[in-house]
Amino acid sequence: MLSLTSETPTPYHHWPAGPKLLAVCIVTAVLFSAGSILLSTVACLLLLGLYALPGIAFLREGLRGLRVLWPFLLLIAVWHGITGTPRAGAAVALQLLAAVGFANLVTMTSRLDDLTDAVTRAASPLRRLGLKPHRFGLALALVVRFTPLLGMRGSQLAEAWRARAPRRAGWQMLAPLALAAIDDADHVAEALRARGGIDGSKE
Amino acid sequence: MERSFVSIALFAALIAALGLIPKITLATGVPITAQSLGVMLCGTVLGARRGALAVLLFVALVALGLPLLAGGRGGLGLFVSPTAGFLIGFPIAAFVAGWVTEKMRNIPVFWAASLGAALGGIVALYLPGIAGMALTLDKSFGEAAFLATPFLPGDAIKAVLAGSITATLMRARPESVLSRA
Repeated sequence: MLSLTSETPTPYHHWPAGPKLLAVCIVTAVLFSAGSILLSTVACLLLLGLYALPGIAFLREGLRGLRVLWPFLLLIAVWHGITGTPRAGAAVALQLLAAVGFANLVTMTSRLDDLTDAVTRAASPLRRLGLKPHRFGLALALVVRFTPLLGMRGSQLAEAWRARAPRRAGWQMLAPLALAAIDDADHVAEALRARGGIDGSKE
Repeated sequence: MERSFVSIALFAALIAALGLIPKITLATGVPITAQSLGVMLCGTVLGARRGALAVLLFVALVALGLPLLAGGRGGLGLFVSPTAGFLIGFPIAAFVAGWVTEKMRNIPVFWAASLGAALGGIVALYLPGIAGMALTLDKSFGEAAFLATPFLPGDAIKAVLAGSITATLMRARPESVLSRA
């Protein structure tokens, strides 16, 4: 499965993931608590610079990542247009663009492994509370393996439905799909037990 | 123990897989995305604790940058966008759905799971969801609540579907419906 890490090499890829995560938390907290249009504008310009620095391809990719916001930007424009408060609307929109832009930048420039390591390290004090961070890696691997498998099972069910019925399959596929997940879970659990259990291959 | 662990992981994968299948169109023509139905099912099938863990795992993987949300979305940006509250509310929704299904043992599973899915997938999910929209869009809670109303009918239908699917699974694999086991 693809991850959202950018293929374009940038200097940011080499920065450690932990500090990047911390930085994005601080930037977001400051942006939202200050709520200042000046600060948000500066942040947006800085962000544009950070996106543009590694080249046009990276900039384009970064802007594409902000597309998820357009329904909300439209909403803000309509709302503040009607209420006659364009300045407040611009402040909200810039704040939103800056916050999402910075967070996306971290996602685009950090490899999944590095992020997982950073989070697992940060969570390791929770070991004392009985949490087992090393299980996260196995869970991640299972999800990554079974998502496409269950997706394929879903399309097989839809095809089988189409072969028998004139109409497209709908919610009727959901119960058999959930059943497939339950049965797969049984098989995988058995296989894991046979190989010494979840904690069997612990580091 | 392996069963419970693997069930959590595979239900997280089920939510992700539900984002891959095309939007389901109901007889009335209302299209619904199945992913929040998957969140409800995690609760009603796996129970409060395991259901919430499954959804938490899913949300964590989205945060780490796996494109598991419908439309191939993922990454940290979503957690500061206006829909962040709904993502954060997902595990709570599954917990509430599971808790209600577990507690209402003496009424038929369809009704208990439908009610649980509605309380979890609507009440418990909308509260943080609306709060998130209010915060990021700088609106009052009431104004943000108004923006969420178009999703209400679809989510009500999903709650009934979750109840019905849970009842089907209860007939097919009674020992695997951990909320009632």
